[in-house]
Amino acid sequence: MTDVQAPLLKKKDFESDQAVRWCPGCGDYAILAQTQKNMPSFGRKREEFVFVSGIGCSSRFPYYMNTYGFHSIHGRAPAIATGVKIANPDLSVWVVTGDGDGLSIGGNHFMHVLRRNMDLNILMFNNRIYGLTKGQYSPTSELGKKTKASPFGSIDYPLNPPSLALGAQATFVARTIDRWQKHLAEMLGRSYNHNGGSFIEIYQNCNIFNDGAFEEYTGAEKFENVIELKHGEPMVFAQGTKGIKLDGSKAIVVDMEKNSIDDILIHNETNLDLAHIIANWTSHSTLPEPIGVIYCIDKPTYNQEMINQIEAAKKAKGPSKVQDLLNAGDTWVVD
Amino acid sequence: MGKTFKTIDEAVIRFAGDSGDGMQLTGGRFTETTAIVGNDLSTLPDFPAEIRAPAGSLAGVSAFQIKFSSKDIHTPGDKPDVLVAMNPAALKVHQKELIPGGTMIVNTDAFTKKNLKFAGYETNPIEDGSLDDYFTLIPIEMNKMVTRACEGLDMPPKLVGRTKNFFALGVLFYMYDRPLDTTEGWLKKKFKGKDAIIEANTRALNAGYNYGDTTELFMTRFKVEKANLPSGTYRNMNGNLATSLGLLAASEKSGLNLFYGGYPITPASDILHTLAAWKHFGVQTFQAEDEIAGISSVIGAAFTGNLAVTATSGPGIALKGEAMGLGIITELPMVIINVQRGGPSTGLPTKTEQSDLNQALYGRNGEAPMPVIAAATPGDCFYAAYDACRIALKYMTPVIMLSDGYLANGSEPWMIPNVDDLEEIDVTFVHEKNSDDEFLPYLRNEETLSRPWAIPGTPGLEHRLGGIEKDENTGHVSYDPENHHRMVELRQEKVNRIQQDIAPIKIFGKDHGDMLILSWGGTYGSCRSAVETLQEEGKKVSHAHIRWISPLPKDLGEIIIGFKNVLVPEINLGQFLRLIRAEYLVDAKGLNLVRGRPISVSTIVETVKKTLG
Repeated sequence: MTDVQAPLLKKKDFESDQAVRWCPGCGDYAILAQTQKNMPSFGRKREEFVFVSGIGCSSRFPYYMNTYGFHSIHGRAPAIATGVKIANPDLSVWVVTGDGDGLSIGGNHFMHVLRRNMDLNILMFNNRIYGLTKGQYSPTSELGKKTKASPFGSIDYPLNPPSLALGAQATFVARTIDRWQKHLAEMLGRSYNHNGGSFIEIYQNCNIFNDGAFEEYTGAEKFENVIELKHGEPMVFAQGTKGIKLDGSKAIVVDMEKNSIDDILIHNETNLDLAHIIANWTSHSTLPEPIGVIYCIDKPTYNQEMINQIEAAKKAKGPSKVQDLLNAGDTWVVD
Repeated sequence: MGKTFKTIDEAVIRFAGDSGDGMQLTGGRFTETTAIVGNDLSTLPDFPAEIRAPAGSLAGVSAFQIKFSSKDIHTPGDKPDVLVAMNPAALKVHQKELIPGGTMIVNTDAFTKKNLKFAGYETNPIEDGSLDDYFTLIPIEMNKMVTRACEGLDMPPKLVGRTKNFFALGVLFYMYDRPLDTTEGWLKKKFKGKDAIIEANTRALNAGYNYGDTTELFMTRFKVEKANLPSGTYRNMNGNLATSLGLLAASEKSGLNLFYGGYPITPASDILHTLAAWKHFGVQTFQAEDEIAGISSVIGAAFTGNLAVTATSGPGIALKGEAMGLGIITELPMVIINVQRGGPSTGLPTKTEQSDLNQALYGRNGEAPMPVIAAATPGDCFYAAYDACRIALKYMTPVIMLSDGYLANGSEPWMIPNVDDLEEIDVTFVHEKNSDDEFLPYLRNEETLSRPWAIPGTPGLEHRLGGIEKDENTGHVSYDPENHHRMVELRQEKVNRIQQDIAPIKIFGKDHGDMLILSWGGTYGSCRSAVETLQEEGKKVSHAHIRWISPLPKDLGEIIIGFKNVLVPEINLGQFLRLIRAEYLVDAKGLNLVRGRPISVSTIVETVKKTLG
């Protein structure tokens, strides 16, 4: 809830006194810094923020935020955050999770919290590896991934997180990358301003167990390999030299020198069919990796609907006391 | 020929039929009327887990037993005096439990060749004389009776046939001289707008009553006078409703919003249903995607300052175990209710058991002490739930409340309490820093060892909780060995201190003697009745019932010393028994029957007599 009385806060107001203990060079540092830096821009009191996490490297996040926080148990952050939000819908509640925490052990909660459109901001740090348990393959690791737990290569097909979120009826689905700092900041703002459950997948480099997993999207060739989605704009990338066209329902990359901008696919955040198509470009062999807001619509939230039901019931039945309920029904008196 | 009235102290009747015959409903109506007549009563519904097992099968038999009395009673009775059997399967399952010479009221229309074969009868027991020597058999063509009663109504024969349970109810109302108006009023309310159904059932009910009056099968009618209960206003109460009311009362008294997060499971789901309807009290119910999400949402709501509760049964507790540990280490107040059923695994979902005591006491990783309170009777579920909330809030701890299938679905007359008379629940959220210039979320209250409750939204008290070990006062992550040892001890000591809130045990009988019957949970009634019988026979037997099992009451050790023998009846293989033996080094003995139903009074009486010689 924006409050005109909210004091002007700075980045350091959101930094806790706890020493940050991620490995030097971890992508989590960049995400933490951007989050702390952008919090003041939301114009909200610090005590109204709650960060809830599960287990994993990313889940240490709440300890470093000087807000209310809860470092819980593996996979359960969405469910704990649900309790927080229902108990006090005026809070801004954030879930910090990882690919293992959010999609493997916590997959069920992830799916259902999005389905309900619970007004939470879910940040999923996807490094495609289990870091805290020292390097086993995760549900987003690529097929054939060699780890200590898969010495002959993983035979698990990976999940596609945005597709999963869309399938679960999410109302806000976005992707960004730890090293795309400005873009990351923009996505945090979009998530904050979305009234409803929002999901941001953040590609995050684990420099110890899966270094360079996203090199294609962060290195010198990044503009060739990434497309930044912008609502209402044609889908061009590689500094405007390439675009995406629909050939029937199949997306193809075309050379902009040979194609008119009018033939290029226009991004529309509110089009669910399009969102499913874009989500499918994840780790695609011929299409660029989509980042930005894939899908965003307005839909009544669970937390608001619960308030509405309670208020309607109170209005219909008037003030109620437990004693009235106790005395209700067939009673008799013993003298 | 004139009919005679015989006044008796008590009666036990059992309605049994197919799952589709409406036996639970029939039993419920008999109970309601019996309550209003002013008898003391106790009920035992006994139904299959299958919603509709194949019609006429043994597995599909559903039964409802009620004992009612002009005296103060504690159990639904061991063996029925009257059995109503709506089909051969019901007769087959229940005939052996009827007392010798008991009355059998049988719907002969259901005794078709097919149904007899289905129930495993080679010949028709009503006709082959096999029952005549043992029981008073009253065969009635109930389907024909209701068909005649409903003549002229525009209703398909199948629907008319369904009113036969109300015919049977009418017969029983005649036998025991109960009025019909409560049931007629209930029909009007329940089937409002469906006039034909109201009319058909009302006719069936009256036809049953009149049948009793005109036929010579019932020469004697029975009167059970009003029970001499303590003065007050009463209503009939079952365990799950009492639990829900107790939670709501605690919410009102504490001034906290009630949050309930849970997943449907037999036999606890009625708590969710009941609370979900109380939105006008501001109750927030969240039907979660699974048991783990249920308890996790409760933890989140507790962190945020609600009175947070979940209810489930044993399998659900198994799933919640890790999160319950999180509740313990974060020292947040919450109530976790286990309506126990038969186990292990899926076990016997609709049958009662007391076999989750060990799970409640020890079912978590690490040293994870949690207070445990167990309800004694259906009505006591109200007070157990209320006390569980009160202690959780006072000591900042999760509390387990144990109920069971028998208490949850069983009912008894219940004196309505005055909410003003319930013990106060004081809750204070902290708003100020509690040390020089910082907030210490684990700085403890000296008396209770509880920690301060600072909820999100409070300026200046931002802090982080979590499942990693906490530094003693700051609550920061700490891997220090000495600190861990202290915290393990502190969490245990906090639970131990709840002893100061536990009322002294009220011994039923003398504080010394030949035998102490020691009970917990739903076996209260059987134990109390058994001890009453034994005392009347001059035996030096007393009864102590334990509500708080963790921590145990501080006077229990002293009480045990006064007796030569200690007997612990429970519906498990001796879980409380082992706790008592370990805690007090006493050679207590168990009486353990795990049959999915309450232990009978007679079994306890016989066991005591055998032991005392």
